[in-house]
Amino acid sequence: MTAPSASLTIGQAPAVQCRGLHKSFGEGDARVHVLRGVDFEAHCGGITFLVGPSGCGKTTLISVIAGLLDSSAGAVELFGRNTERLPSGERIRFRRAHLGFVFQQYNLLPALTAAENAAVPLLAAGVRRRAAVDRAKALLGRLALGHRLDTLPSRLSGGQQQRVALARALIHEPRLVVCDEPTAALDHETGEAVMELLASTAVHPERAVIVVTHDSRLFRFADRIAHMDDGRITRVGHGGAAAAPDAPSSPHPPDPPSS
Amino acid sequence: MNFIALRMLTGDRAKYLGLIFAIAFSTFLLENQTSIFAGILKRSGHPVVDLTDAEVWVMDPATQYFEETKALKDTDLARVRGVPGVDYAVRLFKGLPTARTLAGRFASCTVLGLDDATLTGAPRRMLLGSWESLREPQAVIVDEAGFRLLFPGAPLRLGDTLELNDRKVRIAGISDALPQFVNFPIIHARYSEAVQFQGRERKQLTFVLVRPVPGVTPADLARRIEAETGLRARTTGEFLWDCIRYYLRNTGIPVNFGITIVIAVIVGLVVSGQTFHLFTVENLRQFGALKAIGVTNARLAGMVLLQALLVWFIGYGLGTGLAAAFFEVTRHNIPTRHITLLWQNVVGVGGLMLLVVLGASLLSLRRVLVLEPAIVFRG
Repeated sequence: MTAPSASLTIGQAPAVQCRGLHKSFGEGDARVHVLRGVDFEAHCGGITFLVGPSGCGKTTLISVIAGLLDSSAGAVELFGRNTERLPSGERIRFRRAHLGFVFQQYNLLPALTAAENAAVPLLAAGVRRRAAVDRAKALLGRLALGHRLDTLPSRLSGGQQQRVALARALIHEPRLVVCDEPTAALDHETGEAVMELLASTAVHPERAVIVVTHDSRLFRFADRIAHMDDGRITRVGHGGAAAAPDAPSSPHPPDPPSS
Repeated sequence: MNFIALRMLTGDRAKYLGLIFAIAFSTFLLENQTSIFAGILKRSGHPVVDLTDAEVWVMDPATQYFEETKALKDTDLARVRGVPGVDYAVRLFKGLPTARTLAGRFASCTVLGLDDATLTGAPRRMLLGSWESLREPQAVIVDEAGFRLLFPGAPLRLGDTLELNDRKVRIAGISDALPQFVNFPIIHARYSEAVQFQGRERKQLTFVLVRPVPGVTPADLARRIEAETGLRARTTGEFLWDCIRYYLRNTGIPVNFGITIVIAVIVGLVVSGQTFHLFTVENLRQFGALKAIGVTNARLAGMVLLQALLVWFIGYGLGTGLAAAFFEVTRHNIPTRHITLLWQNVVGVGGLMLLVVLGASLLSLRRVLVLEPAIVFRG
């Protein structure tokens, strides 16, 4: 076990580096401090888990990292660039080019087929529809969805929808993939399968993957686990098989899933 | 991204059809009502337009419009003729007697008594007979609608007899006169006979029809006649609008049609606005996901506006098609003839409905533009 906020380097320089990150919502008496000086790192070539009880600030932290929210204080650097200092338009372009997202509720467009959904980031980047959909079909084939390419999300199972969402997150070969509770809406077996797919397809020497989860049974997929509580990173540890809850000599029992 | 916008729109079939129906219904209602409104108002000026020989109408200063007149003195004709710039000036009588057929049918009629010598103001569009037959004794020309009203079921024919103020006249021609505000039969006769079709009054000259000499504009001549005679002189265009304005000011027509038009706009705005709003709200997470992925607000606005334009195009096209079909059917009926779908109304309603749809989409777009993309991380 390492000390809180201690650096635990996997691969080269951190892809994501947060320093003294604060985020609060509201004004005056209604002001709520969600992030209270977070120091956090994620590295390319591995999966960093962000775990902690509900309301501890995980979602806010990844929202700030992804540039979807501005921090109140502190700095966020992605691949050496302070993204919060980028002008709005450039920040959107940066996000479009370098970030991929996997959401808990998939957030697939219900009117688009699986292949079209997976192609959305390419379409947003201006790739022609046919080329984008062809690339999406190839990727979905690798994710074992080659037989559901033209199926609407409503006709896909939860696991299949999350695989489409995974394809959407990876189609444009982003350098950072942010996954918010990617298995929360799935049964354990399907969740495991999705995580295995994520680990096998998303991990890349040039890419960092951050996964927010409650499910301690998935810790074995992590290369690095950052524990968060009350708006702070309380400790950072190694993942892998030793982190799994059923490991015989687990050095650090996982946090219980919060409600 | 355009195809995504269109698929998002058409993917929700119920709302998509609801939007199109709302726009089509509003378009139909607006085009229908505004065209009928314009058609009725045009009818109020048809007697003026139909009389193609006059460029200036001279009347008593108290006369406001065609249907309600105060007669001039016979000497006024000579006074008008004496105004410099007058090429010719002839008299016109307008009366509203009751015509009876030998079969006992009767109807109030608009009788126009034309200058005996020149027949200035005679109907130029004839269906049967010739306007020159008015020179024959006891000859009148009846318009088609009037003939069908007085002789229901009979084919158009000449020679039938009418009785006007105990005087028998013969139908010597059937004209295609433009319909007037009230669907009275329109009877043309010579002045000397027409004045006898209703009870004798001291003064009977209703209008003096004037044409200017070349080089003098009708407007200049009208002002000159007013200055020199003290009578009211209006160009054909001015008198047409006098008639229309009279009905606008003094009847409930504008209010009644205005209410319908306002309702149509409100229905279009509320239904399409509400549906657009629901559509957008239900897709907020999808819009949030697109924002998170890196789709700009400008692109999202473009997508919503594209959806609005498509709905407008289809709904407006359907509504206009329905309105055109409606008027194609009704314009052949006697009571509703010459009430047509005006291109000005089609263009105007198109613009109005475009504003309605854009307004509705902009209202819902606001939710998308202020949407925080972090919403996608909330379970």
